Amino acid sequence: MGRIVLNKVTKKFGDVEVIPPLDLTIEDGEFTVFVGPSGCGKSTLLRLIAGLEDVSSGQIQIDDTDATPLPPAKRGLAMVFQSYALYPHMSVRKNIAFPLRMAKLDKDEITKRVEAAASVLNLTDYLDRKPGQLSGGQRQRVAIGRAIVREPSAFLFDEPLSNLDAALRVGMRLEIGELHKRLATTMIYVTHDQVEAMTMADKIVVLQAGVIEQVGSPLELYKTPKNTFVAGFIGSPKMNLLTGSEAQKHNAHTIGIRPEHLKIVSAGEGWRGTVGVSEHLGSDTFIHVKCEAFPDPITVRATGEVDIRYGTEIHVAPDLTHLHRFDDRGLRLG
Amino acid sequence: MATQNSRSAARLMMAPAVVLFLGWMLIPLSMTLFFSFKKFLPLRGDSLENGLEWVGFANYTRFVGSSSFWPSVTATLTIVAGVLVITVILGILLAILLDQPMWGQGVVRIMVIAPFFVMPTVSALVWKNLFMDSVNGFFAHVWRGFGAMPVEWLSQASMPSLIVIISWQWLPFATLILLTAMQSLDSEQLEAAEMDGAPVLSRFFFIMLPHLGRAITIVILIQTIFLLSIFAEIFVTTGGAFGTKTLTYLIFQRVLESQNVGLGSAGGVYAIILANIVAIFLMRIVGKNLDA
Repeated sequence: MGRIVLNKVTKKFGDVEVIPPLDLTIEDGEFTVFVGPSGCGKSTLLRLIAGLEDVSSGQIQIDDTDATPLPPAKRGLAMVFQSYALYPHMSVRKNIAFPLRMAKLDKDEITKRVEAAASVLNLTDYLDRKPGQLSGGQRQRVAIGRAIVREPSAFLFDEPLSNLDAALRVGMRLEIGELHKRLATTMIYVTHDQVEAMTMADKIVVLQAGVIEQVGSPLELYKTPKNTFVAGFIGSPKMNLLTGSEAQKHNAHTIGIRPEHLKIVSAGEGWRGTVGVSEHLGSDTFIHVKCEAFPDPITVRATGEVDIRYGTEIHVAPDLTHLHRFDDRGLRLG
Repeated sequence: MATQNSRSAARLMMAPAVVLFLGWMLIPLSMTLFFSFKKFLPLRGDSLENGLEWVGFANYTRFVGSSSFWPSVTATLTIVAGVLVITVILGILLAILLDQPMWGQGVVRIMVIAPFFVMPTVSALVWKNLFMDSVNGFFAHVWRGFGAMPVEWLSQASMPSLIVIISWQWLPFATLILLTAMQSLDSEQLEAAEMDGAPVLSRFFFIMLPHLGRAITIVILIQTIFLLSIFAEIFVTTGGAFGTKTLTYLIFQRVLESQNVGLGSAGGVYAIILANIVAIFLMRIVGKNLDA
């Protein structure tokens, strides 16, 4: 079990309200990702759930019991920290066994569980090493091992992959996803990387300045962003957000078009512009086009084979069926 | 910095310091060794000009044979051990306290360090006259306030009193080193332990104490070096009476009070040997902690 309900939770540091009243329900077994720019309160929210920070008001329910007054240890949650927070003087075995030792399990049971966790995470050969002798990815796995031996009702991950290099990050992303499918336990994952959010989540919670901007599945957020913030945050490269006369033609203050919904057309149609930098990724090419109609360059996705030079004239037209329209407060229209 | 040229230049530039340092160490050491094999009683007319009589190991056997020798070794070790235990334990507690965010932290930290700036002679006098004096001392007033007979601290409980005075002086040093170590402890480790279900005491014993291991080692090693040669505090308070005569103090008495340079020098050589034995023991016990 691991159903977490936040009920009008707020957090203040002194006079600064970091999290205004917030409601959120995380269903049992769900992989939820909190995503947002730095300082949006996503880590604070995670720490509130963990119990490492006290809520200023409101209630946190875990499995239908009020967990607000409970200390972290009593909430039955396990957390993986950004710095991994391994105990440097203990071997991998002792690190993983620590929560069990604190729970006063008997020795045979501890050994059994530690070895089971180690074999799941491919750590069996490293059990007698110290954390200092392990690579970043292995340390990450030890931290996860320490979390899973307790069989918690939910896992909390605080930007766990941000200290790894790009290749390892992709690998660990898959491993964590795999782990979630196998354990089917609730997981809450905090990240500022929208790619991690899109690839791993069942449910994404987009936060800005402590406020939930939108909650939904990755594709919901991608297809129907509620406002310009979510529209600009989710998706890589970013959605083109255009204002001015072109937007007014569509009865909106801002229109948004994703790079893949812009086509290169022949002269005389669409918007005229000149080619800026183009990024060749092999499968796709992202062309930055400086249009006369808009102050900022817009991004257009073309096929990988396209051959286009810096400074040439180009015409692009949007696919109007995939046009996002927003009003002057940035909220979605229609 | 790794070319042949720069390395030899570095050696050349270090040479004067090394030579000076070696001279600083070797000249007194060889003179001590030299005198320890000679009969040298300046008051009886012995002097370097007249030539000193070679007596072999006579000074050494006499120094050990004296009834003061073993008690002085015991006294030295008691002071070192007592002060180490008190400063390390209180130092850890104070470091934890000072690591908590609190109002006026800067001022409190400076005040905690203050005793270290007081000269040993002065602090011993302050303790002797203001606190431990059996007529006008602070403790005497407290004792009388409870209707009890004031204690003659420096004669009735001379060793504990001396240990308290020296601990008071060295506590800031221990606190300072342990505090900086405490500040380098990653707070996420403590939070992780909290999540793992470790109560306060377990967090202290499993996370904080191992983290402080290296700093404690440094405190013990450095303090031992200085505590073995404690002198001013004894000189000012008990003058070596009431069982507080340490090896250092005994040597002082032999050389200056009895004016027997040869005998004192032999004692000095014993002190060197004792210091090395203690150092080897310490390195064996706690030195492993210094390996990364």
